[in-house]
Amino acid sequence: MTAPLKLLVRRTPNRGAAEGVSVAVDVPADVRFIEEAVELLARHCFAGAAPCQRTSFRLRVLLAESLTNSILFGAGGDPSRSVHVAVQVNAESIRLEITDDGPGFDPAEVPDPTSPEGVGRPIGRGLFLIKNLADQVGFNPQGNTIWMTLPRS
Amino acid sequence: MSFTRTTNAAGVAIVGIDGQLIVGNRQELKALVQDGLDRGERKFLIDCSKTGYIDSSGLGALVSLSKKVREANGELRIAGLNEDLRALFELTKLDTLFFISPNATEALAGF
Repeated sequence: MTAPLKLLVRRTPNRGAAEGVSVAVDVPADVRFIEEAVELLARHCFAGAAPCQRTSFRLRVLLAESLTNSILFGAGGDPSRSVHVAVQVNAESIRLEITDDGPGFDPAEVPDPTSPEGVGRPIGRGLFLIKNLADQVGFNPQGNTIWMTLPRS
Repeated sequence: MSFTRTTNAAGVAIVGIDGQLIVGNRQELKALVQDGLDRGERKFLIDCSKTGYIDSSGLGALVSLSKKVREANGELRIAGLNEDLRALFELTKLDTLFFISPNATEALAGF
């Protein structure tokens, strides 16, 4: 389904000594926006770069899974609320940060979907994929912001 | 982004995913397979040869459909995963849950 609105991206050069650009976008908490947001952010992340297929796939998974979690579980899928995405891009790496206005969660309590009991469950693979495909993953203490890094090449 | 559906001479329902299987369209796939089950179909092949991306919700939809089909004494097979998607199935150990073939022809042999 095509989203009815266009997302507005703010792109600014990084301040100070840091090279590169910062990209920010607010995504309405509606899963129909995820595809558009992922495409848009991928274009900004890889502008002027020639990433390998594996890197572009990883970026897509990280963005799609973290947006899905924030939209559905953080913001309750309520389109009047939004999820904030902040991306920092430099020559070598990409840092993604996704924040929702929900109460947060404890990532340590998410069960392993590859355990014998977990593999047959229809849910619970998003965070597992993020942890396995990002170079680094972290959360704020409240658990409503996730950040991830990956290479840009 | 769409789904195609055909039935071969052996009565296997072949569902093609053209584009992506994601949180926004997984219910459409579930409805398509459920309709087949309601009509008495028991063999399903999910053809991913034109599928660029499956997110965790899409993986979850395939898991629940496979369970549903199995409970009706049927079987759901998957074919044509690209290299990235195959890696996702292996990472999540879903390759142990599904009969996965490199292409539809191989999946249909002996189905």
